[in-house]
Amino acid sequence: MTPEQVAARIEDGMTIGIGGWGSRRKPMSIVRALLRTDVKDLTVVSYGGPDVGLLCRAGKLRKLVYGFVSLDSISLDPNFRQARESGAVEVAEYDEGMLLAGLQAAAQRLPFMPIRAGLGSDVLTSNPHLRLVQSPYGDDEVVAVPPLHLDVAIVHLNAADEFGNGQYLGPDPYFDDRYCMAADQAYVSCERIVDTADLLKDAPVQSLLISRMYVTGVVESPYGAHFTSCPPEYGRDESFQRHYVDSAQDPARWRDFAATFLAGDEAAYRAAVEAFANGAAS
Amino acid sequence: MTEPATLAEICVAACADTWIDAGEVLAAPIGVLPTIGARLAKLTSAPDLVLTDGEALLMAQLPPLGSSGLTAGVIEGWMPYRRVFDVVASGRRRVMMGASQIDRYGNQNISRIGKDWQRPRAQLIGVRGAPGNTVNHTTNYWVPNHSPRAFVESVDFVSGVGHDRARADRHRAGRFHDVRVVVTNLAVLDFATPDGSMRLRSVHPGITVDAVLAATGFPLDTSAVAETRMPSDEELRLIRTVIDPAGQRDREIR
Repeated sequence: MTPEQVAARIEDGMTIGIGGWGSRRKPMSIVRALLRTDVKDLTVVSYGGPDVGLLCRAGKLRKLVYGFVSLDSISLDPNFRQARESGAVEVAEYDEGMLLAGLQAAAQRLPFMPIRAGLGSDVLTSNPHLRLVQSPYGDDEVVAVPPLHLDVAIVHLNAADEFGNGQYLGPDPYFDDRYCMAADQAYVSCERIVDTADLLKDAPVQSLLISRMYVTGVVESPYGAHFTSCPPEYGRDESFQRHYVDSAQDPARWRDFAATFLAGDEAAYRAAVEAFANGAAS
Repeated sequence: MTEPATLAEICVAACADTWIDAGEVLAAPIGVLPTIGARLAKLTSAPDLVLTDGEALLMAQLPPLGSSGLTAGVIEGWMPYRRVFDVVASGRRRVMMGASQIDRYGNQNISRIGKDWQRPRAQLIGVRGAPGNTVNHTTNYWVPNHSPRAFVESVDFVSGVGHDRARADRHRAGRFHDVRVVVTNLAVLDFATPDGSMRLRSVHPGITVDAVLAATGFPLDTSAVAETRMPSDEELRLIRTVIDPAGQRDREIR
């Protein structure tokens, strides 16, 4: 599939889970393709990074379910801040562990997942739909996180075969498998599609994170996580991320940024990024 | 002859002292000075601490600050985020987090500023793991800019749970609650009072009690204020030549 074909499966009002963590291994090529559609009113579930910022800026988001939005080396995403401070985006803010609990409840078809996180905090006050549950075995009472069921999950991995067996080669799988298991449709983009027999040529079997059982379609998308990190292939593009943040602070500069980097397809994006890198180096 | 300790190095030693009794637990320092402090503790007073490279690798010997464990040091284990959540729930972890706002009972806010939660005056990073950390294991705080804006009468959004809420909900939020120490650029504070409100434990050399009170938006118990200790020559050597040779600590505070 292409990023555009995945984006075309996403409809108004859907709940979308986006893999990765902060500004790390985000399925950016699919996010960019989504920016070019007329889809709106999405609910996004994410350990948020620039995926959230870009979708906010493009007016795609109605609601965000999250524990944080951060660019890691730069603490805050200005596009997300603007969307929140103008009241444009509604949120359900969970503790990081609660977000995983919600994905697991959905993946395991359970009515809730118990967790201690949230007790006593304003996560409960600000999310009045959250309930506590009494232990049937004692007097302990904990938070019952409801399922975070996803219509569509999108994740980016290092490699996959054409059937959807997905492989990560960096130090952390994040929660990409859980997103796929919590979704009706899951799409894996990857740096390269390889023959199944070659998946383990230079990697241990534990690198096979996602089974084709949970995957609807595969996209070959080199640099598909740019400007977030995708080790060992590439680290975060810090100078481009800085350019993204600086551009987001000013309407005229954002128009330039969007026209230069977000108007065309992935080939156009990569050419523009290359030109930016050459300009930044000279 | 060792150059005298800077304010950043005094703060590092104060951060390091918060780990002394932690034992064999996952140390989760957030930010530059807490990270240097935890690494200093591991090399001196708390050798059993389990530390990551800042990402998913547990390090028996750490690389210099800012380097991945894949490039230097000795790896002893794997700690991706999914395992971190398991460790949080098990209690075998201790964190030193930041706080955009903190109140007299140690309620902490890193989520948003302003009372209109759906349209905040300033959107911050989000609660992250603060709600789970504070109800599962020991939590300490590092605040690099001790000021009335950070030390407020009441936080706008409770991300990390403080002593008043934990006591009012003793069998739920309070069951494993253990918020202990706040280290700032001016002082070390704790909650060792009958009602769990904040107390001034020590002021850094050259800082007066009045200066701390003026920078704090609520009254403090000042009945037993000491002076924060200076780092030893050996600690200064470790900070300067082993842990942070590039001097990242001086960019956080001066």
